[in-house]
Amino acid sequence: MKDTWKNNFKRWMDGDQDLMEHILDTDEHRDEARAALKEEEHQILKKADEARGTQRVERLEMRGYYLTYHLVAIVSCVLLICVLLFTIANLPRYGVENPEATVVTRRYIEKGLQETGAVNIISGIILDYRAFDTLGESHVLFTALICVMILLQRDKKNMRSEFEDYYTIRNDRFHELYGDPVMHGVGSLLVPSIILYGIYVLLNGQISPGGGFSGGAVIGAGLIIFASAFGLLKVDRFMTRKLFSWIAFCSLSFYSFAKGYVFFTGANGLENHIPKGTPGAILSGGLILPLDIAVGLVVACTMYGFYSLFKRGNIGSD
Amino acid sequence: METAKVILMILLILCAVSVNFTQNLLQAVIIFMSYSSIMCIVWLLMESPDLAITEAAVGAGVSGTLFLMTLRRIRNEDERQQKAGEIAEETSDQQQV
Repeated sequence: MKDTWKNNFKRWMDGDQDLMEHILDTDEHRDEARAALKEEEHQILKKADEARGTQRVERLEMRGYYLTYHLVAIVSCVLLICVLLFTIANLPRYGVENPEATVVTRRYIEKGLQETGAVNIISGIILDYRAFDTLGESHVLFTALICVMILLQRDKKNMRSEFEDYYTIRNDRFHELYGDPVMHGVGSLLVPSIILYGIYVLLNGQISPGGGFSGGAVIGAGLIIFASAFGLLKVDRFMTRKLFSWIAFCSLSFYSFAKGYVFFTGANGLENHIPKGTPGAILSGGLILPLDIAVGLVVACTMYGFYSLFKRGNIGSD
Repeated sequence: METAKVILMILLILCAVSVNFTQNLLQAVIIFMSYSSIMCIVWLLMESPDLAITEAAVGAGVSGTLFLMTLRRIRNEDERQQKAGEIAEETSDQQQV
């Protein structure tokens, strides 16, 4: 960058340079102390230059390392691509009947409706045949939220000053689109329909495509849009920290106990007393609907919790 | 329908490759979100609408939002460092002159 008037003015505007410096720095005002200071600064900059020279030599030495590093990266990448393509080439073709691999699938398709009572076979598989899998998934999601909390939560122990929280919130509010009419209009138009759609997907998991995870994710996305359009403080009115913990605790423990009962009776050949209901109705599929609701609540809370933790390092205002 | 599938697959590959070649992180996030939207249509064409719903909500919606939030959190620090680098370059240029 040249030392022109324009650049000087720009630097002054950015606050990097004082315009008065050059005016005071003329010959009349030069004194001994200032000259000594200048000399010292010059020496320091010279030393920095020398250090830069040694850095250059080091960089030359590192070049061999970088060459091998890049070579290894390229070779491993090509190998991975080859392995994946080879695996894909060996997979059975899409849509072609493969008698050996479809024993389990055929059982699901033939007896799924009779055994689980769910019209949507996928829900039947996810929440009945392989419910243990889904239990692990929802716990993994909850664990991820706890990890984010450990990293990002702001409390008295990790705040630099007492007012940091206040300042960040005020700063966010300044840069936010809370009062923006476009955001407001779009939010008030979209949020109710998105959350209604999420609830529909959640409750109709055993009849139509969807279920706990999809419905919960849609509701969580709706909550995020609501929070970004109308502010986090509006969401705090109903979504406090306490409610959040209670929802997560109740859903996960309900899931564990309900599924534990079914596993226990199933493994010991006992009769379980959960009605299957008529297939096609909302109240069908035995435990699938309550489990769907439990998973959906956990997912929705987790999605909103991620957003809130990323935004201000806390869930709820307290 | 087959041509639509081929076009979508080409777009997917384009998105996946172009994320690697963007220097701007905001552009990378937007390309990621468009990747998820295209993937959502591909799931629909492959007759798995539940995955499509999840992909649209999580891939294009929530994770994109979280990426944007993270970008805003680190942007201040980033700008400060960039400015410091520019000033260092300027001083070294002046020294050489």
